[in-house]
Amino acid sequence: MSTESSVIQLTAKDYASDQDIRWCPGCGDYSILQQVKKVLATVGAKRENTVFVSGIGCSSRFPYYMSTYGFHSIHGRAPAVATGVKVANPALDVWVATGDGDGLSIGGNHFLHTIRRNVNLKILLFNNRIYGLTKGQYSPTSPLGKKTKSTPDGSVDYPLHPISVAIGAEATFVARSIDVNVKHLEHVLERAAKHKGTAFVEIYQNCNIFNDMAFEYATSKETKDDTTVFLEHGKPLIFGKDKKKGIRLHGMNPEIVELGGDIKEDDLLFHDEKQVEPSLAYLLSRMHFPEFPEPMGVFRAVERPTYEDMLMGQVDAAVRAKGPGKLEDLYDDGETWVVN
Amino acid sequence: MVVSIEPPVTKTKPTPVVEREEITVRFAGDSGDGMQLVGTQMTNTSAMFGNDVSTFPDFPAEIRAPAGTLAGVSGYQLNFGARKLRTAGDTVNALIAMNPAALKTNVEDLEQGGILVINDDAFNPTNLQKAGYKENPLENGSLERYQLFRIPMEKLTAEACKDTGLTARNIARCKNFYSLGLVYWLYGKSLEPTERWLQDKFGKKADVLSANLKALRAGYYFGETTDMFSVRYLVPAAKIAPGRYRKVTGNEALAMGLITAARLANKPLFYGSYPITPASDILHELSRHKNFDVRTFQAEDEIAAITSVIGASFAGALAVTGTSGPGVALKQEAIALAIMTELPLVIVNVQRGGPSTGLPTKTEQADLHQAIWGRNGEAPCCVLAASTPADCFHMAMEAFRIAVQYMTPVFLLSDGYLANGAEPWLIPDPSKLDKFVVKHPTTHNDTDHFLPYKRNPDLVREWAIPGTPGLEHRVGGLEKRDITGDVCYEPDNHDHMIRLRRQKIDNIAKTVPPLEIYGNTNGGELLVLGWGSTYGPITSAVERCRSKGLDVSSAHLRYLDPMPQNSGEILKKFRRVLIPEMNLGQLRAHIRATFLIDAIGMNKVQGKPFTINEIETQIGSLLHQQNGRKS
Repeated sequence: MSTESSVIQLTAKDYASDQDIRWCPGCGDYSILQQVKKVLATVGAKRENTVFVSGIGCSSRFPYYMSTYGFHSIHGRAPAVATGVKVANPALDVWVATGDGDGLSIGGNHFLHTIRRNVNLKILLFNNRIYGLTKGQYSPTSPLGKKTKSTPDGSVDYPLHPISVAIGAEATFVARSIDVNVKHLEHVLERAAKHKGTAFVEIYQNCNIFNDMAFEYATSKETKDDTTVFLEHGKPLIFGKDKKKGIRLHGMNPEIVELGGDIKEDDLLFHDEKQVEPSLAYLLSRMHFPEFPEPMGVFRAVERPTYEDMLMGQVDAAVRAKGPGKLEDLYDDGETWVVN
Repeated sequence: MVVSIEPPVTKTKPTPVVEREEITVRFAGDSGDGMQLVGTQMTNTSAMFGNDVSTFPDFPAEIRAPAGTLAGVSGYQLNFGARKLRTAGDTVNALIAMNPAALKTNVEDLEQGGILVINDDAFNPTNLQKAGYKENPLENGSLERYQLFRIPMEKLTAEACKDTGLTARNIARCKNFYSLGLVYWLYGKSLEPTERWLQDKFGKKADVLSANLKALRAGYYFGETTDMFSVRYLVPAAKIAPGRYRKVTGNEALAMGLITAARLANKPLFYGSYPITPASDILHELSRHKNFDVRTFQAEDEIAAITSVIGASFAGALAVTGTSGPGVALKQEAIALAIMTELPLVIVNVQRGGPSTGLPTKTEQADLHQAIWGRNGEAPCCVLAASTPADCFHMAMEAFRIAVQYMTPVFLLSDGYLANGAEPWLIPDPSKLDKFVVKHPTTHNDTDHFLPYKRNPDLVREWAIPGTPGLEHRVGGLEKRDITGDVCYEPDNHDHMIRLRRQKIDNIAKTVPPLEIYGNTNGGELLVLGWGSTYGPITSAVERCRSKGLDVSSAHLRYLDPMPQNSGEILKKFRRVLIPEMNLGQLRAHIRATFLIDAIGMNKVQGKPFTINEIETQIGSLLHQQNGRKS
């Protein structure tokens, strides 16, 4: 029996399984896998207490590549499987790997309800805005007009925005990062790992086979400073190559302003990830390219009792009130009579 | 306490008492009239007196259909006897009808010459019209076949309760207890158990307690003092195995069986479920018992219910989901995942009338094929069926026993008749229940690592659970290589794994008790084979036919896949096999396919159980044909 994981500090590679990785060369998933392993090492996760649960799709092969416990379940259902794992054993650290099709289309219902219950799970949504494993149909996050195999004339579905949906479902932790920005991704994943409650992370992930360059605007050296804005708690929203642009509130709406002249940093919108009401986080989630820079980082991080803590609290309270269940008492519930 | 009420007619001499072997009474009224409540009281009182009892409630799918309409009629049927009872009774000896709609929907089931007690006050033009009566059936001679008793229950209840301080509206709600009191008198029952129950229930609401007690007693004393009834009936106590009893419905027994299994195994019980009729009561019952470490999860849908159960099983809980047919249809993809990952869990299907939404509150047995065959690919799992309400307790434990011993999902089929029907249950001594030991490995099963799909001689893999250092492994729905569990698409491996999963399920038969014959153990002319809730009417019908000297026997399958090892041998001992089912022949198809036996179907899909008479008649007719041919 191996117990070294409980005493020795593990490194990222200790979390790798012996399986060959079958993602396409150049896929953004490799980076996500690597940053997750690094974060597990950083937070000192025990392999035996860590469970990765996934659904179906490219992202959902994730558990096979980890040396922890893992469950590759069926399409869309990973949050529900993970809820069962967590309720059966709240001591486990449970992660969900899902994609835009798996998590938001076929699994949309579980996505909403798991988040609203605040089950202490980490949900990583690999958003590549396409169905990869079925070879290139549009997904719920593909933009209107997107031409794919199933939409040769362009998609007529309006996309949904994962962060807005998560906030609408009362998420306690919501963040976004991007596969190629490894430092930022690692930072965001570490924040998620340390959050108590459902932590939802949308990761922009490039599918270089079926939707290459989907996030080019947010990753290329030429444009990324103007198309993304990094959120920091308590700091103003400033972006642009020379950090000369900012986001200011104009009534209920954000607007882009140039710093200097009359406009100072104090006039800008300051990020507050701890606001109890999610209005600010939601407003930020509505900032989209090309009208706005897209926010990266932690949108929202608030504390709220978790589902499994409250459920086990009821179990403990029942045991305190009635004593540990005795079968005699169970059977004797209600009216009984004796036949001689 | 003396309750004074002026009897309408003063009795001149005591009513004579006639003894009966069994009696069937049905209370029928509007769904808000409290018929289920008084039916339950009558059941408890009869059981405590020593009768055997069997009951069946019949209520509408609509919670509160418009008052007085046919759709809103709620009924409760009770059979109480001086002998072993297995059904809630074929024909009704006494019907209590609280309004015209209740009369219209129930009177057909009343035996000729049966007692028909009517709440006369409800037969006003409005109610008659709602029930679709063009003229008052109480007055046009249409009920001549019955002994009709028209009693102004509302007026008499109001009179009895006038000093209680309750409003007229609330007093009117006590009329169900008035009818119960009258029925208690008619069958010589004691008021005491119901009085005690009312004390417990309404002890803190003096006016409500007083009104219900007065109504109950007024009904009783009405019988005592009126000359209306020419006889009373007494059903002596039955010869029942000694011990302490309680009444259980199938859903209650099933919930207790699940909790018992978890407690014996010293495990948390995880119940993931989405509300659905007629299975929801299992969720309600389990959620009351959290001090047994019962963790109930009301999922967002049927799929989340089963997949959460799969996750809980992976993490080491005794995990179970409960639903009905439409829910099973939604769960099937996930059940196949449980088959593929070879995880232990239980799927309870409380069957109801289908297809689609069908008849939510009515009973049916049409999900047998769905349980055995209803998944993509070759996806075998174990299928069990409870035969009586109390048997649900035993079969729930059996389901977990097999699930864990063979690392497989197990279907447990119940149905609306078992779920809501009730019978006395001999309370078991927990210390005498079979031990249930659940083991999880803590060490490698190979030189230096853990092989998740390495199997014992019965082909069962180990249940290694997260939290165990060194046994980290991955499972999933993709085909896997034998022993290692690695993803594998090789043709020969797939063929091997398909056969292996089937063989593992077949191996369960080694631990299944043999099929027993009731009747001629050496075989004979006719075997009536049943499964599930048809146990009651089949066994009683065969018992009756045998007492008439007919060559008929019966056998009942509680294990459908795999079947007991001696099933084929038993079936082949009989010249003919009759299979009554509340479907179009699903077990029959299974028996034909498995044993090449040309069984005869008897099929009824009306949302209600077989009567003993129906099966008795069919047996008689088959044996009569045979005799005719022989001569």
